[in-house]
Amino acid sequence: MSHHHIICSNVSFSYDKSFEILHEISFTAGHDDAIGLIGANGVGKSTLLRILVGLEMEFTGEVSIGEIKVTKKTLPRVREKIGYVFQDSENQLFMPTVYEDIAFAPRNYGLDSDQVEERVRHALDLIDIDYLKNKQPYKMSGGEKKLAAIATILAMTPDVILMDEPTIALDPRNRRRLINILNNLDHIKIIASHDLDMVLETCNRVILMSEGKIIADGETREILTNRELLEANGLELPFCLQGETGVSYKPSVPHTHIHL
Amino acid sequence: MGKLSDAIYEVHYMDTIAGIDSPIHRVHPLVKLIVTVAYIWFTVSFNKYDVTGLITMVVYPVALFSLSGISFGHSIKKLRVILPFVILMGILNPFFNREPLFLLYGITITEGMVSGLTLLIKGILTVLGGYLLISTTRIEAICYALNLLRVPEILVTQILLTYRYITVLLSEANHIFEAYSLRAPSQKGIHYKVWGSLIGQLLFRSIDRATGLYDAMVLRGYNGNFRHSQLPKARWQDSAYLLVWMAAFAVLRYTSLTALIGSLFVR
Repeated sequence: MSHHHIICSNVSFSYDKSFEILHEISFTAGHDDAIGLIGANGVGKSTLLRILVGLEMEFTGEVSIGEIKVTKKTLPRVREKIGYVFQDSENQLFMPTVYEDIAFAPRNYGLDSDQVEERVRHALDLIDIDYLKNKQPYKMSGGEKKLAAIATILAMTPDVILMDEPTIALDPRNRRRLINILNNLDHIKIIASHDLDMVLETCNRVILMSEGKIIADGETREILTNRELLEANGLELPFCLQGETGVSYKPSVPHTHIHL
Repeated sequence: MGKLSDAIYEVHYMDTIAGIDSPIHRVHPLVKLIVTVAYIWFTVSFNKYDVTGLITMVVYPVALFSLSGISFGHSIKKLRVILPFVILMGILNPFFNREPLFLLYGITITEGMVSGLTLLIKGILTVLGGYLLISTTRIEAICYALNLLRVPEILVTQILLTYRYITVLLSEANHIFEAYSLRAPSQKGIHYKVWGSLIGQLLFRSIDRATGLYDAMVLRGYNGNFRHSQLPKARWQDSAYLLVWMAAFAVLRYTSLTALIGSLFVR
């Protein structure tokens, strides 16, 4: 039995033959991996996540999750193993209350009402949002919605958690809370983000992408302290490392006033 | 765009009042749904000249307003929206049917006048009946009741998701219109030439939202069958509520209660 839970082998993808969004992407992820998927806008991070979860199927190459090859036939089994947190929580919270939203997946997987109740309670406890359970999504703040969205996928008891820009639009307190939650989750995680400080705190491995290809794949600190590599690919050092000895930060473009 | 934000507020308000606790709110949603449908059916079944009989049906909304704590004033304000449509339906009756029915203080009251009036009363009462149902029952409970009544799944899901996303659509529209008005400060309303592109924007955003929503659903095991929450079974109080109202509607509809009361005073 392989110790790799996710195997992505030579995956290429395009909507239009003239422009390839992903090119020959290959990587594996094991049970201890928390991977930060980083790269400038439009390099294919979200597309890669969507392929892993089977939302885009017109790719070439092979993807396996927990030894199940991702095909149209295996999608229901694959999706039971993966929880995908959308960038926009509004899409994820479609039921009238948080409780109903969290219960949605367990009900679909045929659990009886006691088991559903137990799953919902467990997910609420993990994220510590019991106080939100009867709240309507539209009455919640962006931070609360994000936490509720994570709870909805935890109720599926997935092996793998995929997150697309989880800290976007979160205030510092909610961002900190999310980081603590992520560090307490014992799942395989792949987090696509531009928030490199968050990646530094939550991931043990980083995959850097550019123009649909993997440019670097390695230990988090090793990649996130490499100023030349990051800047060559449209990124900057994480804020917390700017000014640190050995990774001293010099903005490549001086601050200037723009006169129109 | 005050009207859009007012509409968003209104949906939130309805949700809030549907979630309060009262004897009516605690009644099983299926029972409330059946009673509401029965009330509407009995109300519209009155003869078009039977104004006095029809007026007795006001007992139901009066009882529900007093027992549920729902604001009567606010409900009446909401009626303003549908009142023009109801009036429009009955306004031509006096012109088409001029057969005299009786004299009132020397004024000839025609059949058309009376039938127009009954149409107006029926419209108001039935809308009030529906309003009282949605203001005392949460949407998921109504959907659960519809599910128990074997209403097609696709229809119930549509109702549930439309209700959930109506506020999202309204706020998207609000954002578009606010962005427009901030860059066209001297204009009152929106110029007709840009209506097409604004509506197009809204359509594309809606499609985008719908796609994202569907993705989120299939990723959590949705396969076309929407599984609703299970609510507690009906209690004896719910059965009593059903029986009492059914009996009351039958009595009000098939006995001339007003004539009976009148005969007690005029002998």
